[in-house]
Amino acid sequence: MSVSPAPSLGKRLQDWLPRIVLAPSLALVLVFVYGFIVWTAVLSMSTSRLLPVYRWAGFDAYERLFNQPNWYVALKNLAIFGSIYIVVCIAIGLFLAILLDQKIRIEGVLRPIYLYPMALSFVVTGTAWKWFLNPGMGFEHAVRVITGWDTFRFDWITRPDMAIYTVAIAGIWQASGFVMAMFLAGLRGIDSEMLKAATVDGASTFTIYRRIVIPLLRPAFLSAVIVLAHMAIKSYDLVIALTGGGPGNATELPSTFMYSYTFTRSQMAVGSASAMVMLMGIAAIMVPYLYSELKEKNR
Amino acid sequence: MSAREMAISTAAGPARWSRVVIYGLLIVFALFYLTPLFVMLSTSFKTLDEIRSGNILALPAHPTADAWGKAWGSACIGVTCEGIKGYFWNSIKMVVPAVLISTVLGALNGYVLTKWRFPGHRIVFGMMLFACFIPFQSVLIPMARVLGILGLSNTTAGLVMVHVVYGLGFTTLFFRNYYDTFPTELIQSAQMDGAGFFTIFRRILLPSSAPIIVVTVIYQFTNIWNDFLFGVSFASGGSSPMTVALNNLVSSSTGVKEYNVDMAAAVIAALPTLIVYIVAGRYFMRGLMAGAIKG
Amino acid sequence: MRHFLLAGTACLAISASMARADESVEVLHWWTAGGEAAALNILKDDLAEQGVSWRDMPVAGGSGVQAMTALRARVTSGDAPTAVQMLGYDIRDWAEMGILSNLDDLATSQGWADVVPAALQDFAKYDGHWIAAPVNIHSTNWLWINKPALDKAGGKLPENMDELFALLDNFKEQGITPLAHGGQPWQDGTLWEAVVLSVGGADFYKKAVLENDPEALSSDTMREVFDNMSKLRGYFDDSFSGRDWNLASAMVIEGTAGAQEMGDWAKGEFLRAGQVPGQDFVCIRFPGTQGDVLFNSDQFVMFEQRDPAAKDAQEKLASAVMSPEFQIAFNKVKGSVPARTDVSDAEFDDCAKKGMKDVVEAAANNTFMGSLAHGYGQPGAVKEAIFDVVTQHLNGQITTDQALTRLPEAIAAAK
Repeated sequence: MSVSPAPSLGKRLQDWLPRIVLAPSLALVLVFVYGFIVWTAVLSMSTSRLLPVYRWAGFDAYERLFNQPNWYVALKNLAIFGSIYIVVCIAIGLFLAILLDQKIRIEGVLRPIYLYPMALSFVVTGTAWKWFLNPGMGFEHAVRVITGWDTFRFDWITRPDMAIYTVAIAGIWQASGFVMAMFLAGLRGIDSEMLKAATVDGASTFTIYRRIVIPLLRPAFLSAVIVLAHMAIKSYDLVIALTGGGPGNATELPSTFMYSYTFTRSQMAVGSASAMVMLMGIAAIMVPYLYSELKEKNR
Repeated sequence: MSAREMAISTAAGPARWSRVVIYGLLIVFALFYLTPLFVMLSTSFKTLDEIRSGNILALPAHPTADAWGKAWGSACIGVTCEGIKGYFWNSIKMVVPAVLISTVLGALNGYVLTKWRFPGHRIVFGMMLFACFIPFQSVLIPMARVLGILGLSNTTAGLVMVHVVYGLGFTTLFFRNYYDTFPTELIQSAQMDGAGFFTIFRRILLPSSAPIIVVTVIYQFTNIWNDFLFGVSFASGGSSPMTVALNNLVSSSTGVKEYNVDMAAAVIAALPTLIVYIVAGRYFMRGLMAGAIKG
Repeated sequence: MRHFLLAGTACLAISASMARADESVEVLHWWTAGGEAAALNILKDDLAEQGVSWRDMPVAGGSGVQAMTALRARVTSGDAPTAVQMLGYDIRDWAEMGILSNLDDLATSQGWADVVPAALQDFAKYDGHWIAAPVNIHSTNWLWINKPALDKAGGKLPENMDELFALLDNFKEQGITPLAHGGQPWQDGTLWEAVVLSVGGADFYKKAVLENDPEALSSDTMREVFDNMSKLRGYFDDSFSGRDWNLASAMVIEGTAGAQEMGDWAKGEFLRAGQVPGQDFVCIRFPGTQGDVLFNSDQFVMFEQRDPAAKDAQEKLASAVMSPEFQIAFNKVKGSVPARTDVSDAEFDDCAKKGMKDVVEAAANNTFMGSLAHGYGQPGAVKEAIFDVVTQHLNGQITTDQALTRLPEAIAAAK
């Protein structure tokens, strides 16, 4: 007689349990990501300089932001750095993965060598990189001493027009091995019977890769682009360790701009405005992508 | 030519000279990747005079391990001259709980988002994924305020919370993609047998999650160990992590720089992540193959 | 009744501070390594003798950039440290927030006002109240010359820009890098402010840099300053970009470079290499700036403490910082000169003796002025805006004409 409510309560709990489990994470993200985005938006429309103050200033900070030559330099640099970084990392990563996939006997030794830069932050490797790129004591100097080629030049880090490329080199050094691992994992996941059949049909190795293997790596490409894009946008340690944004302001990126205006230059509202613009830019790229990806997977 | 070599070259297909080219290219790249580490190691064994006058790519003429001893046990960081050894422990106290909590939450989230879908699950996942992209520079001030309200300012617990929050997006992404390919039939039949939410997770999903757990743990461990921005902002006192101590050692503003000590300290600070990558690298690859990289 | 209550609270406060034997101060600073940290230990030990323990909060990074971020985080979370190392306008910015301690009682009883140069007091006080204890005085308009190279060039010390250029030409003929320089914004700024002072004199420096008078900023004198900067750029070596200042000093020490313009902290590098002032290297004021001092002073700014015991410990810290013994002991190690002008120079080396004399003289002549590059000339935003122009010009990204139009614009935009 008295059975009816008890199991339904238990069952209802069971039904809600997944959502209860997810709730804390969702709450954290809502507060610490989306709440803070709103907070940043408020700061960007305030008169905040040294510390947050909540006096309304409208779009004044945005106006200041877009009157800063530094901001355009930062955006241009992100475009240059980001595209070189993503394209070259993928090219090198894919190239190395294909080479490593040729039944290389020392693969076990080479793989960790390619992968280890990802384990190190630029707080650790920054000084070594700075020396290496410095013409007076690094690569240029070493080549001149070792080969006697006295006119050899590698002074990009000292040249405002080239410095951003040296930042890209260091970034590629750090991430390309990781990209290699992603592609190698993708390659290993490809059905080898299919490749054998192609070989029997007389297709050349190059054709096999171009026609069959690379198209099959599409998911790995997508993951690589996402990972690299997010690292490019967040690149900060890299620039600070290598050039500190210089020479002049030649290697300023939006992330260093944001930090320096918020903290060093006591223009918190402008820094927050730059953060908002960045977020909107990221959202403009990411939201359509996420939408299509998640929709497609509807099964 | 021995039979074994024959077998290898026929198995791989291309002719011998192309093998030489492939090996050559692979080794050239390996040298490129190794150069910074080589510079750091060789500098750490040099004397200061040799560093000032010499070639950074040269091996030390009179190798000495003095700098290592100093970096580990007697270099001054602030007013305490006990090297960086104490900060090792600080970092471990921060990294271990942060990695564990974020991995567990990520696994549960991935489980719910793939096997216990509810209306709007895609939006929830999208929101968590987008969280990966927030620039950390812009959350420092609001975070400081919240930590203050919670009474966690300048504590390891506070730092753990920060790392958990901003690691959630990644761990959820990894587990969701992994569990997405996991056969739903197994779960349905377990439900028929009366297994509950946690039982299914523990008995069915968890035992086969090893590869993705390795990937997630390595990823989180590396990121959190290497973090500097949060460490310097939220734990600059006695509980500062390794990276903050390292920065304190190497970038004193107007003091004398001992590059050999700096380099030794940098290598020491990097050892845990290096070891993790080298030792667990194979499992990392397996984890990636097992589905972590699916878009 | 009210008196009674007050006395009661006072008693409580005293007993609270007596009961807490473990009084402590938490100090945020960026003297994180080597000699600087050792120098700070003098203060820590001094306080330990008075029963005050030291909770260290070191945050390194170019004149406290990271430290100020950490401080913002701490203050925002409502948990400010006891004392914070700070420079110039940063102190004013924080004082404006109304969260600093008032040290007036201590300062009056110890007579700080009589011994600290007035221009420095402007920063250690806000709204007439003492809020900070200055530790030292660095000055930035120094030139460090390699003695053997100088002797080869005839031994005559340059007294103006023309003589400097002549000397640098001679260094060039000797086959060494004439001027060692590190291309980082603050170093570019340090060189620039010395050139402004040399070309325009103290009044022009005040007008252009301290007051940002638009006319001065785009005047012919300023054009000459930028022209001189371009000219100086020609005496650097190829790999100056991003070089740390101490590596530039090392070039002078080893004789691969002739001279370096840098603040007096560079002296530590020379002494550490076993060099003797006057014998192996020469320290002079940057040519054309003898009699003027561009100062930079590390100060401990005191944040308001609610706990009376903490307040008591804080006053002990401030008093220890201002004691002549500490000022001598610390500055001997640090390379700077004491912030008090009344201490004996007996224990200092020749360069420091000259530095102390120059400070007194400049303070009397009203030519003791804040260094822009080190936060004593303008607030952070303006300073960085000036750095932008100076460093872009020095790196050849903009011409002198552009620099002269950009400079007032950039300053106006940052205000």
